[in-house]
Amino acid sequence: MRRVAVIGVGHAKFGARPDVNIAELAFESVKPAFEDAGITSRDVEFVALGSAGAGGWYEETLPAVVVAEYCGLTGAGLVRCEAACATGSAALSTAYFNIASGRAEVAMAIGVEKMSEVDTPTTLELIGRAGYYLWEFHNFGMTFPAYYALHAKAHMEKFGTTEEDLALVSVKNHKYGAMNPFAHFQREITVEDVLVSPVIAWPLKLYDCCPITDGAATVVLASEEKVRELGVDAPVWVAGIGYSSGTATLSRRQNYVGLQSSVLAAQRAYEDAKVDPNEIDVALVHDCFTIAEIMAYEDLGFCKKGEGARLIREGQTEIDGKIPVNVDGGLKAKGHPIGATGCSMVHELTKQLRGEAEKRQRQVQLKNYVALAHNVGGTGHYCYVTILKR
Amino acid sequence: MSIGLPSINSRQLNLVFKIPTSKTSKFWDRIREGEVYATKCKKCGKLFFPPVADCSNCFSSDMEWVKLSDEAEIETFTHIIVRPQSFQQYEPYTVAIGRLKEGVKVLAWLTGVKLTDIRVGMKVKLIAKITSEGDPTYEFVPT
Repeated sequence: MRRVAVIGVGHAKFGARPDVNIAELAFESVKPAFEDAGITSRDVEFVALGSAGAGGWYEETLPAVVVAEYCGLTGAGLVRCEAACATGSAALSTAYFNIASGRAEVAMAIGVEKMSEVDTPTTLELIGRAGYYLWEFHNFGMTFPAYYALHAKAHMEKFGTTEEDLALVSVKNHKYGAMNPFAHFQREITVEDVLVSPVIAWPLKLYDCCPITDGAATVVLASEEKVRELGVDAPVWVAGIGYSSGTATLSRRQNYVGLQSSVLAAQRAYEDAKVDPNEIDVALVHDCFTIAEIMAYEDLGFCKKGEGARLIREGQTEIDGKIPVNVDGGLKAKGHPIGATGCSMVHELTKQLRGEAEKRQRQVQLKNYVALAHNVGGTGHYCYVTILKR
Repeated sequence: MSIGLPSINSRQLNLVFKIPTSKTSKFWDRIREGEVYATKCKKCGKLFFPPVADCSNCFSSDMEWVKLSDEAEIETFTHIIVRPQSFQQYEPYTVAIGRLKEGVKVLAWLTGVKLTDIRVGMKVKLIAKITSEGDPTYEFVPT
């Protein structure tokens, strides 16, 4: 396998974006990614587009083709990837393997999602069906908040995690979202705000949940030879990718206090990159719901199982803590345009590893120049962990 | 939703899928008779709920139908307030995952208990039921 580097990243403004269609939104992230990489669309041999809601949340059923045409990428190898909320990471790994295998010198992953073209009950319906429709949605009307609420209840029961602990995750992530120009929500909130927000799926409340967001992010990857040829001064290397999956039905899971696919994906990524959890300078974890961030601390090995709540209580995942987590606002405040999230994580980590985080107050202190992105699809149905090194 | 910016409404598309149940029809028939069944692989002995026609463990398709006991214990639960489009006509509902005596777990609605009275570890009964829409289902109720 050949070494692969991130040579360019681009990001669209996340939020409700009724001003743009899927192709126009993707373009907003593709253009800055090309400018950052110093290449043009003609240099790209392979494009993996990540988008989960094609034909469901928005009108286009072949978004890869539509976006490729709009961005002048027609003719390149092309595929649409789907791994639920880990779709962006699936696209990234697909582009990565094209280069690592020696097939391409330059490939790119475009993550894009439009979620606000349909109403909220329809969005809830479409995401609620993302598990095993026949056995867990058809008769029981599960929703995504509900899948994670089942985990929140189990975690609270077993480890004494409280609703206040969950609220602390939201407060932390809003704090950093307020400093991120790309974030959907750019305002701070309090524990009280979270606790009094309306219940969505008990014990999860509105401010425990990530919003419904439109957005796009693009990552351009290149081989080591191409990096040298282009004279890239700060390549960020893809040091490891780990992935795993979980059962479609929640009823076939061993327990509800963690995600086994996260544990396995993380182990594989650490092995691949030859790093330990304590060497990570900054991590972006999949906080689609507050409980998901606490489980991620444990599943990724930042603390022992059951100690996730302590980590947030002690402020260890703040920017000056033991392991800064979601200093871009996380899915909670930055927003979670399903197919874009994995690419958005790599955008942020690339900026962090280059020492270029916007705003400056969000720049973590780099000790080992190692960063980790944890992207879960569904409720642990898919998981991708990507480790970057500079 | 659009907030005043120009847009075009797409053409409407109504999607209703015909989901084949020929291989699990016995399950749905038994529900109508008031019983909940699982399948068991005759070759490796693995018990499956939800029922399956093919064993993912040993790849045999020689399965037998086994009646499940109704004894379950709640492992976790939630109460869904904000409901999907096709569940708008229902009042908020409680979903639980219960472990059956046989070891398999079931995700289903839990009815007949006040939310504040539900506890993890609580014993409940799994019953077969016909929904208000006339469709077969199953749910947990107090013992």
